[in-house]
Amino acid sequence: MTIVQVFFLLVAAVTLFAGVMAVSTRRIMHAALWLILTLFGVAVSFAILESAFFAVVQVVVYIGAIAILLVFAIMLTRQVMVDTGPQLNRGWWIPALLVAGLYAALVGVLSTWSSFQALPAALPAEASDLGRFGLALVDANAYVIPFEVASVLLLGALVGSIFVATDRKG
Amino acid sequence: MTFWNDPINFIRQWLETLLVGWGVAPGVAQVILLVAGAAILGVLGLVWVIFLIWYERKIIGRLQDRLGPNRVGPFGLFQPFADMFKIFTKEYITPEGADRVPYNLAPVLAVAGTLMVWGVIPFASRIFGADLAVAVLFVVAAGSIGELGIIFAGWGSNNKYALLGAFRSVAQLISYEIPMVVTLLIPVMLSGSMSLQTIVQSQSIWFVLLAPIPALIFLITQIAEVGRAPFDLIEAESEIVAGFNIEYSGLKFGMFYVAEFLHAFTTAILFAVLFLGGWRGPFAEQIPFLGFVYLWIKTFLIYFLTVVIRGTVPRFRIDQMMDINWKLLTPLSLTMVLVTAVVHSLVRPLGSPLVTLAALLVANALMGLITMQLMRASTRSRRRPMVAPSTIIVARPETERQQSTLE
Repeated sequence: MTIVQVFFLLVAAVTLFAGVMAVSTRRIMHAALWLILTLFGVAVSFAILESAFFAVVQVVVYIGAIAILLVFAIMLTRQVMVDTGPQLNRGWWIPALLVAGLYAALVGVLSTWSSFQALPAALPAEASDLGRFGLALVDANAYVIPFEVASVLLLGALVGSIFVATDRKG
Repeated sequence: MTFWNDPINFIRQWLETLLVGWGVAPGVAQVILLVAGAAILGVLGLVWVIFLIWYERKIIGRLQDRLGPNRVGPFGLFQPFADMFKIFTKEYITPEGADRVPYNLAPVLAVAGTLMVWGVIPFASRIFGADLAVAVLFVVAAGSIGELGIIFAGWGSNNKYALLGAFRSVAQLISYEIPMVVTLLIPVMLSGSMSLQTIVQSQSIWFVLLAPIPALIFLITQIAEVGRAPFDLIEAESEIVAGFNIEYSGLKFGMFYVAEFLHAFTTAILFAVLFLGGWRGPFAEQIPFLGFVYLWIKTFLIYFLTVVIRGTVPRFRIDQMMDINWKLLTPLSLTMVLVTAVVHSLVRPLGSPLVTLAALLVANALMGLITMQLMRASTRSRRRPMVAPSTIIVARPETERQQSTLE
């Protein structure tokens, strides 16, 4: 095993553990903290894949914006909100079986893929060129339509939130 | 390459040959050196704060017509050491009902968010942690981690003043991040890269001359991001006692203190790198250490400016702080990005740096004039305050007396 593989396994383990904790911890604030750790783990995974841009954007958007929004919303309630009830109901084994089956099926399908056990190849130098990425976002043959649709969606969300928040008289 | 030209890389190469000579695999030796370099950079950053605290206390003292620290050591230089050892020995008090994980994580995150920036700063032409292709975005990401630290401190402390401080911090830091990120686009546009090293290398004309208004906006937003006077609403002593760090004692408080000073200095370095040409200067390419000296001189100019601002400008009210951001800085920075993009792309085909400089300077001056006119108009049209002192209540004693005597 190379150092990168050891590092990847460590990061993956931490990310998955934090993800499980995010949905199973009893305090909602701690769930948000575990979620931040999960998102950070994903950012590190991007960094391992030599995609510095997505690693940094993951931190800026998910930790810098979304996680802070979550934490802020929890803070506004000023409640510790400890959940005291049982966390599992009687049918817990049905989704557990389904998920296990799905996992086995996915691994089975993926293992027939020729490069399942291949090591990641070294990326060519132009792979980290952000100019190409930027051009692809405005290229009619590439991703201009998804990019514009996402922009319109965000604009709609912005207008909607202003409409909801406006204090209308009468 | 000799030791005096480029000490850091000289030591690094010497250590690498030493490790490989001991039979360590070259890849592992690289990793060991990177980890060691990160540790040394972090420790140097933290130790540097000791000097910064002395420097800033001295300047603030002079501004307030005092001498500043002058008892321990020459010029009071060892005062921060005395304070440091005192704070090491203090007791940690965890408030009752505190949420321990965020409470203890907050000081770490506050320092880490600042120290992370040091990893991508080009200190000289060959002395830098990492030349990331997305360094500018990385700086923004590191800043948001520092914000997270403040929010955790406010939440974890189980104290209403701390929570109020955290609310104010969210309102202020996240608001001021918007003009900051927008003005960060301008050096990126002018240099065509997000790598800080490339931004420095492409500043044959300093960007502060090409974009004076964005540079000013960046400086203001950086002072606000640090949360110092005049933007110290986060820890306004007279309103919310000390804000988010009220419940911290001992070294945990010390970490917030260190984070504040380090952040203030880091913003000065960032300004020097983005707008003042970083390590550029005569002979900086040949002798990297000289570049380091240039960067430090430029940084201290900006740092001195921010300390003087801290010592002289009173704190804003919270509505004024929001007004400045949302009604002035954000629209102005967005307009400046548009104007700079259009002018720069129109002038660039001419290929003459002087023409570019002149065109961008004229554009900036025009935008500055328009902004001043708009601000003047809005001040004139603003409603007078309801409780302005008026002369209505004051009876005119002389005339009354005259009237009574006439009668």
